[in-house]
Amino acid sequence: MLASLTEALFGWWQYDFMRNAFFAILLIMPLFSMLGTLVVNNGMAFFSDALGHSALTGVGIGVLLGLSEYRLVMVVFAVVFALVMNRIRHSRLSSTDTVIGVFSSCGVALGLVILSRGGSFAKYQSLLIGDILSISPGELLVLGITLVATAGIWLLCFNGLHAVSVSPPLARSKGIPVRLLDNLFVVLIAVVVMLAIQWVGLLIINAMLILPAAASRNVARSMRSYHLLSLIFGLFSGILGLLLSYHNAVATGPMVVLIAAALYFGTFALREIDNR
Amino acid sequence: MSNCGLHCLKINHITVSVGGALLLKDVSLHAHCGELTALIGRNGAGKSTLLKAILGELPHTGNVEFSGHDGRPAGKLRIGYVPQTLSVDAGSPATVYDMIQSLTSGYPVFLPRRKKTVERLRAHLARFNAAQLIDKPVGRLSGGELQRVLLAAATLPPPDLLVLDEPVSGVDQAGLQLFYTILEQLKASCDMVMLLVSHDLDFVRAHADRVVLLDRGVEVSGSPETVFASEAFRRAFPGA
Repeated sequence: MLASLTEALFGWWQYDFMRNAFFAILLIMPLFSMLGTLVVNNGMAFFSDALGHSALTGVGIGVLLGLSEYRLVMVVFAVVFALVMNRIRHSRLSSTDTVIGVFSSCGVALGLVILSRGGSFAKYQSLLIGDILSISPGELLVLGITLVATAGIWLLCFNGLHAVSVSPPLARSKGIPVRLLDNLFVVLIAVVVMLAIQWVGLLIINAMLILPAAASRNVARSMRSYHLLSLIFGLFSGILGLLLSYHNAVATGPMVVLIAAALYFGTFALREIDNR
Repeated sequence: MSNCGLHCLKINHITVSVGGALLLKDVSLHAHCGELTALIGRNGAGKSTLLKAILGELPHTGNVEFSGHDGRPAGKLRIGYVPQTLSVDAGSPATVYDMIQSLTSGYPVFLPRRKKTVERLRAHLARFNAAQLIDKPVGRLSGGELQRVLLAAATLPPPDLLVLDEPVSGVDQAGLQLFYTILEQLKASCDMVMLLVSHDLDFVRAHADRVVLLDRGVEVSGSPETVFASEAFRRAFPGA
């Protein structure tokens, strides 16, 4: 009995791919939980979703250039895509959701056109649902460096980023470089999303980015509890999702998203009860 | 702080055009520290446009100078701004502490709070009858509470120029009275130029030291009595 329970809880540890996936979750979920707080606060869920979709075009351009390692092209393309989309978002030429919708559609369509030439899209399907079980130690190092760099930027710039989200004119009156921080944030989302998308999958990366923060926002009472709960929810859904997917032989990413979504609905119900 | 009355804000020949439309033409005015200068005018007269130009939010020609009692430039102009609204929804977890610290401090608001900082902020908020609001989410403040908190944020650190953009829209009568009292106290105790856009003509008449009536340019300026008795004022506010 005890042996079978131990096997169920810790049996996965004997496999390299599960250990690597576990470490990947420990790196990716804090990254998403951190960035997600401001994505949700700024109402940018649709923006980050469109950014994820641009990965298809990024890969497509990499393929057209004949590169086998297309991650750098994806990151560069996503950064340019994010900056242009941000510029138009602030130009008041059109409503924000329309602009983002147009960009998102173009990002998907152009990528699909390039990658489906000659009926060869099947080999890129892993980009859609991700494969965290195939992550290597070298790739974990890339994620680790990304996490440390993002945490550093967060420590230095979060106050300014938050001030900009409260009121750009008010932030500017305090000498905060509004435009610079606004662009820094979208570049940060672009880089993190592109470095994680291969493991998480284009279809659900946005859900993993926003759900822990959205669940936290339902019950948090300050920026401190908002960050802390987002981190706890992110790690909890990530680790539990990985273990459940292992035991049930289903894809990891969607399982993580389902748990995070359950946390969101649970905290939403708590908030509604609290408000009565 | 005492009020010296000698620092001077000079707004020189400000002209603002957006997309080919002339919103403000050649606006010049002087305002002194310890004085409340009110900008009034009908809707679309360019009051908020002038504030945005002063804040550097809108491209414009002309310039803004801040000079000391000897007429020489008094260093970089520090502006405190009280906006009409914020982009904060009722579900945001950002508290008053989070908002003001984000605007005024480099210490990350997501880290544990430092006791000294909290006490200092609480004492500052107390001047605005807002100490009890320090842990309240910004999105759940009433209109009056929000304006007092924004005034506290704008005056930390004390600015040379305090800009208030229709600060009392959506504030109830009791909140209005409290806000005006605090503004009077600030005027008396702080060495700053105060520039206010307001639709509340009764308040302007009672509390402003100088009034500027705008209609894309300066129509008339001077003491409240002078401006309220002018023909331009009667044209702009026929029912007043």
